[in-house]
Amino acid sequence: MDVEDASFSYGRTPALRGVSFRARPGEFVGLVGPNGAGKSTLVRLVAGLAAPSAGRVRLAGLDPRGAPRREMARVCALVPQEPRIAWPFTVREVVMMGRTARQGLLAVASRLDLGAVEGALAACELGALADRRLDALSGGERRRVFFARALAQEPRVLLLDEPTAFLDLAHQVAVMRMARVAAVGGLCVVAVLHDLNLAGAACDRLVVMDGGRVVAEGPPAEVLTAERVEAIWGVPVWRGENARSGAPVVLPSVTGPGGSPAGYSRK
Amino acid sequence: MTRRDGWCSERDASGRRRPPPRAGAGRLARPGGPAHDAAPVPASPTTSPRPHSGLWLAVALTAGVLAVAGAIAFSTALGPQPVSLRAALAGVDPDASIVLGLRLPRAIVAAMVGAALAAAGAALQALLRNPLAEPFVLGVSGGAALGGSTVLVVAAFAARLGAGSGWLLGAPPVALGAVAGAAASTFLVFGLGRVGGRLVPEAALLVGIVFNAFVAGVITLMKMLVPPEQASRLLYWLLGAVGYETLGTIAMGAVLMLLAVGTLVALSARLNVLTLADDEAASLGVDVPRSRALVFFAASAATGAAVALAGMVGFVGLIVPHLVRGVLGPDHRRLVPASALFGGAFLVLADALARLAFLPLGTEPPVGAVTAFLGGPFFLWLLRKQGRGDAR
Repeated sequence: MDVEDASFSYGRTPALRGVSFRARPGEFVGLVGPNGAGKSTLVRLVAGLAAPSAGRVRLAGLDPRGAPRREMARVCALVPQEPRIAWPFTVREVVMMGRTARQGLLAVASRLDLGAVEGALAACELGALADRRLDALSGGERRRVFFARALAQEPRVLLLDEPTAFLDLAHQVAVMRMARVAAVGGLCVVAVLHDLNLAGAACDRLVVMDGGRVVAEGPPAEVLTAERVEAIWGVPVWRGENARSGAPVVLPSVTGPGGSPAGYSRK
Repeated sequence: MTRRDGWCSERDASGRRRPPPRAGAGRLARPGGPAHDAAPVPASPTTSPRPHSGLWLAVALTAGVLAVAGAIAFSTALGPQPVSLRAALAGVDPDASIVLGLRLPRAIVAAMVGAALAAAGAALQALLRNPLAEPFVLGVSGGAALGGSTVLVVAAFAARLGAGSGWLLGAPPVALGAVAGAAASTFLVFGLGRVGGRLVPEAALLVGIVFNAFVAGVITLMKMLVPPEQASRLLYWLLGAVGYETLGTIAMGAVLMLLAVGTLVALSARLNVLTLADDEAASLGVDVPRSRALVFFAASAATGAAVALAGMVGFVGLIVPHLVRGVLGPDHRRLVPASALFGGAFLVLADALARLAFLPLGTEPPVGAVTAFLGGPFFLWLLRKQGRGDAR
């Protein structure tokens, strides 16, 4: 994908200012930054759910806003942050909905569709849960279902909006591993992440945003320095390194000196 | 967690096109994957697709057709005057004229109206993502009644002025008025039922209920402006009654209803995706505004046809889809056709009940009264169930 100098505002509040961003297939890119930095907005622009007020967005050669939704859905899959469940569909039915863009009006499942759904279910280890109803699953299991739905779309780009939110550690790791596997499999994976350590451990490249701009970009070890984290997030941290993998480890100090006691002090 | 196959792209790392995974194929460990623990995940146990999904549909449709047929037969056979089916089929009067001329057409009209309302109800529930939605409660039936009544009143006035527009009193313009009214009220309710730009089901329902009250008032006023024959017709519209219509009216209603319900059935797969949040549905490839508009219009047309034939019959679209969903699940590809069929059966039986229950008293309440009698408590029960569910 290719974002050039894009800007976007919610009403009069600018959310993105001149953001340029590139991601290639096979990359797992982590979008990190404080709340309100514009990460989710950027993801929405790339997914075609909003149009930039300035600049250009291209996804696999398509204009996400201008291209027909069917075409976009075959190329780009979005796993939203808090998907809503209105009706008690089963896991398999939900994952099959991922094939909508490749089916006709009556959505008769072809062999390709069935195969893709089975593959997605297996990739997300949902085989045992396939016929369970969605409201009978835990939050972590549901997140895997929506991940599987995105995989069933057979996209080239996978967008994850805070995929680890509200999940326990095991499920967080599971999601990150699935995202890594997807990237290794040739997808371009972009995830909005809040956990810097997970991002540092799993992502090939990090893009740090603050105040609607990209302030840093590069491999996690380079990007996540103590000075930068303290400057952007306003929290004093101890920065170390995972000796085995080389991934940066960032640990905030909660009880130690520095930082305002009531909360974060941000520049 | 063990390593998983990166199956998802069409091309593997070296750029060669990878064939799509076949249903039932085991998962092969991919060399070069993240080098973590133990054995690869065994093939998922449920590797065959759910075989009974199509079977479910067939069973449901068969049961539905049988239900409708049974209900029509039941309704045709019973009545104030005992008739013999054999005699009727042989063309012997009065049996033939009663069965074939009166009861059978009435039962067929009831079936069509029930089917249209139930299908529209299922569709509106999907669109509003709320099981309380249905044409009557949302004011769509009210709008249709208003539209049709307006045409009737205008025609009556024109006739009085001697403008010779008796044709306006006929079925097609009234039906068109009803459909137009239904569409207009849909726009109104869904336009006013927004809070901060987003459609809020509770607000839409509230607007619908208030709109119904408004419509009832207007139609009552209209009743006083028209000659007595039209007045009683308007009254029956307000209450919802299945009468004895001519063959032409029935045919026209059938065409309109089949088109509308057919559209809804065709869109039923889309409806599944539309129950998701707008962003999600869009990212899955559905043109949300267009699909929504299509469904709205089809539901309005179905409601308009139903109201044109039988007036404001309420709660069919609430009770039937809810019960059908409890048995068949929320997949609209099954829900919409099954709701239509069972809705037809439901209304035929309700109409039979209306006709027969009050037989000793010599009167015949309109079927709308029966459905309201059943539907009102059902609505309240559903509301309570929802409330308890939310409080979980």
